Amino acid sequence: MALLEVENLHVYYGNIHALKGISLKVDPGEIVTLIGANGAGKSTTLKTISGLLRPRGGQITLAGEDLSAMSPHGIVAKGVVHVPEGRRIFGRLSVTENLEMGAFTRTDRSGIEADLERVFGMFPRLRERRAQVAGTLSGGEQQMLATGRGLMTRPKVLLLDEPSMGLAPVLVDLIYDSIKEINASGTTILLVEQNAFMALSVASRGYVLQTGEVVLQGSAADLKANEEVRRAYLGG
Amino acid sequence: MQSSLMRRLSVVDLYLWAFRIVVLVVVVWGMIGTIMARRYPGEVWIDFVVYGLSQGSIYALIALGYTMVYGILRMINFAHGEVFMSGAYTAYFVAAAFGRSGYLDRNPVVSLLVVLAVAMITSTAIAVLLERVAYRPLRGSPRLVPLIAAIGASFFLQYAFRGFFGSGFQAYPETQVLKGTWAIAGISILRTQAVVLVAAVLMMLGLYAFVMRTKTGTAMRAVSEDREAAALMGIDVDRAIVIAFAVGASMAGAAGFLYALVFKQVHFFMGFIPGIKAFTAAVLGGIGNIPGAMLGGLFLGIFESAGPILFLDGLGIVAPYQLKDVIAFTMLVMVLIFRPSGIMGERLVVKKA
Ligand SMILES: Nc1ncnc2c1ncn2[C@@H]1O[C@H](COP(=O)(O)OP(=O)(O)OP(=O)(O)O)[C@@H](O)[C@H]1O
Ligand SMILES: [Mg+2]
Repeated sequence: MALLEVENLHVYYGNIHALKGISLKVDPGEIVTLIGANGAGKSTTLKTISGLLRPRGGQITLAGEDLSAMSPHGIVAKGVVHVPEGRRIFGRLSVTENLEMGAFTRTDRSGIEADLERVFGMFPRLRERRAQVAGTLSGGEQQMLATGRGLMTRPKVLLLDEPSMGLAPVLVDLIYDSIKEINASGTTILLVEQNAFMALSVASRGYVLQTGEVVLQGSAADLKANEEVRRAYLGG
Repeated sequence: MQSSLMRRLSVVDLYLWAFRIVVLVVVVWGMIGTIMARRYPGEVWIDFVVYGLSQGSIYALIALGYTMVYGILRMINFAHGEVFMSGAYTAYFVAAAFGRSGYLDRNPVVSLLVVLAVAMITSTAIAVLLERVAYRPLRGSPRLVPLIAAIGASFFLQYAFRGFFGSGFQAYPETQVLKGTWAIAGISILRTQAVVLVAAVLMMLGLYAFVMRTKTGTAMRAVSEDREAAALMGIDVDRAIVIAFAVGASMAGAAGFLYALVFKQVHFFMGFIPGIKAFTAAVLGGIGNIPGAMLGGLFLGIFESAGPILFLDGLGIVAPYQLKDVIAFTMLVMVLIFRPSGIMGERLVVKKA
């Protein structure tokens, strides 16, 4: 059975029909990617899964349990965690406090300590700046912090929205290495990307979104080889 | 070159600059006049400062509630002065009962602590109720709507207390041990003022530690910065908002108790002026900023206690002390004109308003 399953999802912003019946599923341990042009509805899909938006129709289930009526914090408590587009770190809190907020729903002190060490191990830059106010970090460091903060929740499913946006190539590689590492340690990932090539290189499967609909789906290898995808998203 | 300078200086700027200079001249002129006249010896100034600090610490406690709610909801809770009044007024009944039975003087520490607790609990309960029935349903509507609801709630509370308990003043019983003065470091200070100062400072330290050091406090700061991102961390946003109201209101309740200790009476309208003064203090310190509210309150207290004599006496104004409210509200207007983000506030005001 799929771990996360979205069925026939319809979402509106006022009168704008942003998602027109999207269905997708993510199996345990997989990395699945959602690609598509600007405005296709990728972020909207993630926001609806994490409870920030209410669907007008359709279903979202985690291991068979319905999530579509739950509050955002209830969904986090179930283990589905969304690292939003544009980092959204708490600029006036310190680096450590930001990470602690990631662990907000947890009570296992020693586990939290261990995960803090893991994040600092993954991103040594953050360790050096642990007492610094997060608003003063560079863009790349803020992305590391946002990713680390997402990890501190110990999610079953991590929803990542454009983790490579605006980063220098070296940092993109670092973030992608950490995505692979997170996945290898057992976290299922739904990855939204503009950078389709990067995304398809780590994912096992993918969905292509266009104006609120899934127009194509398949294994990462098939999508990479697909003529249309190559033309539209891979620049060749 | 001259024309580019003219373009940069608009008429409004010129007007504001002229206004600033006029105010500065009046203030300096008044100060020089007062100091030259030497009518007031040093001890009087010390008294002004002590009185100002104790009054200011009450403003500071109330200001915390305005600033915390604003920080998390970007809303001015105009009923906060009435939250303060409700605590003081309800605690009056307990204090009066203790006074009649003589327990107040037999065991002043316990009875005053009980009265304090009643004031804090009542204020908290009323604020939490207000949030639930009057503000939460309006969340997401335009910002003016909850503001009007708050003004309505403020009238509702005033007239509810008037309806139930009448429009007269109720005299708080006096505690014998708090009569008279103590001599501290050579300065003689009214006992009530000393108690007010110590209690207020302890409360503020406690609140600061709560907001800065505990997980719940950190979560509240996270919510006030980015509500959506906080929800994605698993923080229950509604709960954080209720806690901000509750903590702010408990400070207002404590302030109500201290205020009654100093002025020895309660009244259904007693929340209005301290409420506006505390709001001034919060704006002065930079609304949304917790240490700012504390400093703003203390500063306003001193300003209003020493200001009339310091600035106005030297200008030959008779009975300047009558004008202390004028000074306080002139200050509010000046801050709003010249530095709307407050003394401690950041230059960029509220980025997501
Ligand atoms: N708050 C909003 N109000 C109205 N329309 C919105 C809102 N947010 C998104 N939309 C619209 O919904 C559609 C999908 O937006 P969404 O943010 O999901 O796109 P996206 O695929 O994430 O794009 P990008 O790659 O640029 O991030 C777009 O047409 C967008 O204009
Ligand atoms: Mg997006």
